[in-house]
Amino acid sequence: MTPILPDPESLCAELVRQLQPQVTADTALVGIHTGGAWLAERLHSALGIALPLGLLDISFYRDDFDKTGLHPQIKPTQIPFEVNGRHIVLVDDVLYTGRTVRGAMNELFDYGRPASISLAVLIDRGGRQLPVAAQFVGARLEVPPARMLVLERDENGKLRLKLDA
Amino acid sequence: MRNPQLDEKGGLQHLLSIEGLPREMLTHILDTAASFVGVTAREVKKVPLLRGKSVFNLFFEPSTRTRTTFEIAAKRLSADVINLNIAVSSHTKGETLLDTVDNLSAMHADMFVVRHAESGAPHLIASHVASHLHVVNAGDGRHAHPTQGLLDLYTIRHYKKDFNRLSVAIVGDVLHSRVARSLIHALTIMGTPDLRVIGPMTLIPAGAEKLGVKVYYDLEQGLRDVDVVVMLRLQSERMRGALLPSAQEFFKYYGLTPEKLALAKPDAIVMHPGPMNRGVEIDSAVADGSHAVILSQVTFGIAVRMAVMSILAGN
Repeated sequence: MTPILPDPESLCAELVRQLQPQVTADTALVGIHTGGAWLAERLHSALGIALPLGLLDISFYRDDFDKTGLHPQIKPTQIPFEVNGRHIVLVDDVLYTGRTVRGAMNELFDYGRPASISLAVLIDRGGRQLPVAAQFVGARLEVPPARMLVLERDENGKLRLKLDA
Repeated sequence: MRNPQLDEKGGLQHLLSIEGLPREMLTHILDTAASFVGVTAREVKKVPLLRGKSVFNLFFEPSTRTRTTFEIAAKRLSADVINLNIAVSSHTKGETLLDTVDNLSAMHADMFVVRHAESGAPHLIASHVASHLHVVNAGDGRHAHPTQGLLDLYTIRHYKKDFNRLSVAIVGDVLHSRVARSLIHALTIMGTPDLRVIGPMTLIPAGAEKLGVKVYYDLEQGLRDVDVVVMLRLQSERMRGALLPSAQEFFKYYGLTPEKLALAKPDAIVMHPGPMNRGVEIDSAVADGSHAVILSQVTFGIAVRMAVMSILAGN
């Protein structure tokens, strides 16, 4: 059975509503490439966050490097603020096994020691393989394990969820 | 016949020579290196990609810069690095090259970085080792120095953005230079339209035109309107017989001075693979001047070697 996919635009608004009360001068957003980066850009401007947006490509921190090798397209990681003492909100499109988040946290700690890290995701599809939980969730969705749920962005910047076989 | 560097899926198994590699593969290496440049600029300069892997630096020929940058690159990928200066160890006791390699493989090596005075030695090792091992050519005889070619390519792309309108001049001792050969292949693959080699007749290999380059025996003619000048080291240790009257005379005709550099484009960059012979192939005023990007080459070289090692280890 194919689940009905929610509209990412309204999930984005929901995340803004959840995050708004938590934002302080020491809050920094870090989006995980690629879908999480698009989402983080949206949240960053909607929340009016003062610190510049951070972007992570976790290719150098993946735990399946021995099986799959290096990702064919790696985007540079950019953390344009001091990590030490900051409250960092990691942003990703879909939370599934939790392995990406683990890689992202390992990478962040190579930049410094944050005061805290929390996690905001558009969709939590369950299926965790690590003890990882998101504090801010747009929607929870049951997705069969064999399917890939991905976020897409069209040329007008509009976000759309897509289920691949 | 399959390129001996590639595995059955077309992935890079060894890096022995740039010749014959597809353009997309070179672009992939350069793009990956760009991400590693960011890593090497931060507080913690290591990533865990090669954790638990052992990289053996096998240097049968002396080298400081190349060995050091390979060592730093492997360490920044979290590999364990073992440096073997074989010129002064078992080799002199009579052990053959492949016996040395077999012994190190039995110590659970994952990657060999090989520098050898004989052209083809890294090929020999690559065709001998088990399929999970990777070999990187760090310079073999006059044949190839692919990571140097790639870091030169990276440096040119960094300053000039793309290759399809560039004029590049490679100057000096082209005959003995594996750096020149690797760079010529790399630039040709990337579609560089104007490639020149400049040097005295005795130091330009016969049939150089077959590589797709224009040959100039006159430095001032050859430098006219180029975007990139690559100076080569005058390799006196490789000289056999009287190819040159003297280093002073070489400088007079082929040394890069500010006056000669002025013939190139105003925004031309000057590269040199090092080590430099000041006053032989390059004037200090140029080596330390605003056009020189020689130290950037060294920094980029680490990121490029990290990219090569991580791509190989992942295949």
